[in-house]
Amino acid sequence: MNIQRRQALKSGGGMAVMAVAIVAGLIRPQDALAADWNGPAFAAKTVADTVKAMGGASAADSKAIQITAPDIAENGMVVPISVSSSLANTQSIAILVEKNPSTLSASFDIPDGTDPFVQTRVKMGQSSNVYAVVKADGKYYSAVKEIKVTLGGCGG
Amino acid sequence: MERAAVVRADNKDKGGNMLKPYLVAAVLLATAGAANAQNTQQEIERYRQMIADGNPAELYEAKGEGIWKQKRGPKQVSLEQCDLGLGAGVVKGVYAQLPRYFKDADRVMDLETRLVHCMVSLQGISEADAKRNPFSTADRTSDMESLVSFVTAESKGVKMNVSLSHQKEREMYQLGEKMFYFRGGPYDFSCATCHGEDAKRIRLQDLPNLTNAKDAQRAYTTWPAYRVSQSTVRTFQWRLFDCFRQQRFPALEFTSDASVALTTFLAKNANGGTLAAPALKR
Amino acid sequence: MADPMKIRAAMLGDKVEVKVLMSHIMETGQRKDAKGASIPAHFIQNVTAVHNGKTVLSAQWGPAVSTNPFLSFRFKGGKAGEKVAITWTDNKGDKRTDEATISA
Repeated sequence: MNIQRRQALKSGGGMAVMAVAIVAGLIRPQDALAADWNGPAFAAKTVADTVKAMGGASAADSKAIQITAPDIAENGMVVPISVSSSLANTQSIAILVEKNPSTLSASFDIPDGTDPFVQTRVKMGQSSNVYAVVKADGKYYSAVKEIKVTLGGCGG
Repeated sequence: MERAAVVRADNKDKGGNMLKPYLVAAVLLATAGAANAQNTQQEIERYRQMIADGNPAELYEAKGEGIWKQKRGPKQVSLEQCDLGLGAGVVKGVYAQLPRYFKDADRVMDLETRLVHCMVSLQGISEADAKRNPFSTADRTSDMESLVSFVTAESKGVKMNVSLSHQKEREMYQLGEKMFYFRGGPYDFSCATCHGEDAKRIRLQDLPNLTNAKDAQRAYTTWPAYRVSQSTVRTFQWRLFDCFRQQRFPALEFTSDASVALTTFLAKNANGGTLAAPALKR
Repeated sequence: MADPMKIRAAMLGDKVEVKVLMSHIMETGQRKDAKGASIPAHFIQNVTAVHNGKTVLSAQWGPAVSTNPFLSFRFKGGKAGEKVAITWTDNKGDKRTDEATISA
């Protein structure tokens, strides 16, 4: 649940508090109503802020997280990324592109019985570090890979 | 970054003379550059392989099949009776033998031209309406891209076999060949300027030598393609249109004789190549 | 109504491997049109995959996920012949659910 919405509801003010938060611009109306969409996390502009918005204090570097992606993406519109975690009790996997206008691209919740593995494609505005942030056993971990983005020439 | 060891360990050239240090450095940098360029190519190839599975063109193929079967136009008829060269309604294998001469139109037609013809003759849609939206834009998707995806997919794995048995097919081929070598526009470009020699490239994009059979086959059999940078499937008519644009030529008219002539030349030169379209490109 | 997804679900050992292609523009909101006005963001926000009533994956997406998104994941407990349903909802309230049968 959207962190701000949960906090607004918890403080007992309920709808009145949320209304104030919306007017104050803290939550956009459509985000407040969206089921389970972490607006603040998707608005964060640094890796550290994204991790905080996701609920972690910080993310420790971990070699148990594998990012599979090309070193060079021929076109930044489609960059294939897969993340695999061998951390015990992996709960979620998130993909962050450091230099994108908003750092968080996607976040996946991994229920029991599902492999701690996701494969998808993200847009990268420019060459950047790509982070995989994994929540396992309530703690946050990360791995990083640099991906260069180039525009191929015309034709083809 | 790897450096090929082309400089002798004792820093002497073949005549035994000491190579000046800056020459040594220059040679090392040059070979490092060459090794780097090759690494880049390998990485780009790896990128292409990684996005190969899960081609968004499949979404267009499915959509195209729906459009093919949909009753449309004033006559409220589907395209299912359209003859694409192998009989009314036959879609399997047709792309491999297009462009070809069609008696009912007395004209050589490529796939897009023939689809327009069927929209007009079967569905009663005006030619202007049928040609109105050939290429998707940010605001508007093109039905033609989906139809082409559907029809082409039905020729996957089939070898190109364009025939020049009819007089008009031969004429179109010859006209296309003339066009390929014709220099014009403000830069005096011809198709051959970029596609007439081996090992040409524009920035990081390798250019196929279309006068070489293997390159010609590989190039033609991978169109249409989902172009990642365009976020849509692009067809062969689009490919030629965009080449003209890049050469600063006047706009190539959709389904014009000029477009069909050039397509006939390139498609026939690709005979023997196995169709892999709709493909996926950057 | 949005265009259908292409879903492939197949047994991979004792797991089900799912590959999905979704038809969606995933507009970032960063682009401007010919007149210079911003094209509003339009993107999938939530994705869920369900098998036998159980959620086997749920995701929150931002506009940085590529246009015509591709997604692949694997889960245990599915058998050939059973169904996997994928649902997406976007920031405009549009929604789409498609189903695939797990192949052997």
